[in-house]
Amino acid sequence: MSFISYLINGVSLGSIYAIIALGYTMVYGIAKMLNFAHGDVIMIGCYIVFVLMGSFHLNSTVSIIAAVIGCTVLGVVIEKIAYKPLRKASPLAVLITAIGVSYFLQNFALILFGADTKSFTSVVSIPTIKLAGGDLTISGVTIATVISCIIIMAALMIFIKKSKSGQAMLAVSEDKDAAQLMGVNVNKTISLTFAIGSGLAAIAGVLLCSAYPTLSPYTGAMPGIKAFTAAVFGGIGSIPGALIGGILLGVIEILGRAYISSQLSDAIVFAVLIIVLLVKPTGLLGKQVQEKV
Amino acid sequence: MKKSNMKSINKQTKSMLITYAMVIAVFIIVEIMISTGMMSSLMQGLLVPLCIYSIVAIGLNLCVGYLGELSLGHAGFMCVGAFSSAVFSKCMMTSGMNETLRFILALLIGTVVAAVFGWLIGIPVLRLRGDYLAIVTLAFGEIIKNVINVMYLGRDSKGFHFSIKDSASLNMQADGKMIIDGAKGIVGTPNQSTFVVGIIIILISLFVSFNLVNSRTGRAIMAIRDNRIAAESVGINITKYKLMAFTISAAIAGAGGVLYAHNLSTLTALPANFGYNMSIMILVFVVLGGMGSFRGSIIAAVVLTMLPEVLRGLADYRMLIYAIVLIIMMLFNWAPKAIEWREKHSLKRMFGKKEKAEEVQ
Repeated sequence: MSFISYLINGVSLGSIYAIIALGYTMVYGIAKMLNFAHGDVIMIGCYIVFVLMGSFHLNSTVSIIAAVIGCTVLGVVIEKIAYKPLRKASPLAVLITAIGVSYFLQNFALILFGADTKSFTSVVSIPTIKLAGGDLTISGVTIATVISCIIIMAALMIFIKKSKSGQAMLAVSEDKDAAQLMGVNVNKTISLTFAIGSGLAAIAGVLLCSAYPTLSPYTGAMPGIKAFTAAVFGGIGSIPGALIGGILLGVIEILGRAYISSQLSDAIVFAVLIIVLLVKPTGLLGKQVQEKV
Repeated sequence: MKKSNMKSINKQTKSMLITYAMVIAVFIIVEIMISTGMMSSLMQGLLVPLCIYSIVAIGLNLCVGYLGELSLGHAGFMCVGAFSSAVFSKCMMTSGMNETLRFILALLIGTVVAAVFGWLIGIPVLRLRGDYLAIVTLAFGEIIKNVINVMYLGRDSKGFHFSIKDSASLNMQADGKMIIDGAKGIVGTPNQSTFVVGIIIILISLFVSFNLVNSRTGRAIMAIRDNRIAAESVGINITKYKLMAFTISAAIAGAGGVLYAHNLSTLTALPANFGYNMSIMILVFVVLGGMGSFRGSIIAAVVLTMLPEVLRGLADYRMLIYAIVLIIMMLFNWAPKAIEWREKHSLKRMFGKKEKAEEVQ
């Protein structure tokens, strides 16, 4: 029974990684850049909910919506100020700028909210379910996380397949110049991608802090890196890849922590990633790009 | 090599000589400042870390600037170099070996072990490209840090005991001494890293790097960076040269690690010193200093390490300002519009209106 409960926890953690990984993978697919500041957008989202619920006593739904809007705006602003001027520069320059933005957000939160760890009250009001005569308990947060992940994935897939903006995103990720010639507004599409990714980051952040109720300016950094790993694991640029990569990573992490060593769980996650990439150098669902001479 | 005719000194040699001269000049100035008491103890404490960052940045520049592969795992090589050399120093402390000789041997061991790790990791990793390579090097760095955190090594009259569980499972005799105590790391490494030693290692790293880069091997490495397929088609052994550059890069990072280990009496593998954050910080030095410029790496390492200390008066705001300065410098250096703007305005005007130059961004 404990195996099943570990598995469920793993899927739940993996769902959070998957939602964060979506932000990485979409931005990578379209702007071909690693947005290192993504993890810190998560943290800002958490702080927005924390402040609105704690100091302004707003209800949780309103706070979450405010956080999503706040992060969406933040994502777009970051893109406009820091990344847009560098669109034609080398990818490494954009990467370093993203690191700068990440430092900025962390220290901004540090000044605004202090370095102390805040305890985050869960926003999920779903009661815990007991199955198999109390042997198996599934917390409300777990249920909410998995359901949110499924809804987000489905909505995103439909958005990309059916809507005009979604098709524009696909076109830009395929070939930026050709898309522009076909009348796609590339700048707008990239902004939209950042907006969606950052909005999802807020949701992921709230779920993360509900499951692991501590909040500090560095909360977002490690989940950010893990989610990035998940995105690469599944094949960066691929949305189903982010889902599969995220969930596998979560399951491996929780099972590794439970059965092998709690201190080595991160090492196990990274080791699996290395093995997968050595066998399949572009991730599980990544496209193999043929090199032309 | 030196010819009496100055004109025969080519560009590379000139750049090399300027870099050596710069390091030596800084050394002399700092020594004068210390002896005349013009340097605060805070700044004196920063001297060795500055050397460490410069050395690792030189190593990473070989990998990023010349090989063209983004590595986010150089903190891992530092970690390996630091721990292997610290274990050696700790074991030899009671043997009555000459201290200088012991440090030189520790330096060699740290460098060689880091090189071996670089080579072993390089074999699988260098098959990958671009961002995949970056994430795998990051993964290796994190694995190294995590594994060192669960290692226990002790020594008693029977010899060495090793465990990855806890210190009790080492089953040591009563006279046994812990060498690596898991997450508590290594305690009591001799403090032998001085500014002089740091400068010497910087000069050696520069010497190795410049010689590599200006050699036939270096040109092969750069050819691979510029066009892998073209390089392969003219008969350059891609794997061999890539591995060579990566290994040397790791070895130099390991030397930086040795210096780190012998600077503090307690050595622990924390996310702050050997995590990916350190790798990223070094990468920032390399990119900001200019990829392919060792001098730039050193200058960026020094400026960016000093910046938060200089801003110390601003307390909490210093890291925020650091972040803003970093973003502005990146935009100013790399944005196509900024480059265009810089070209339009003459150098003199640019210096005259430096404040405005940043506002444009």
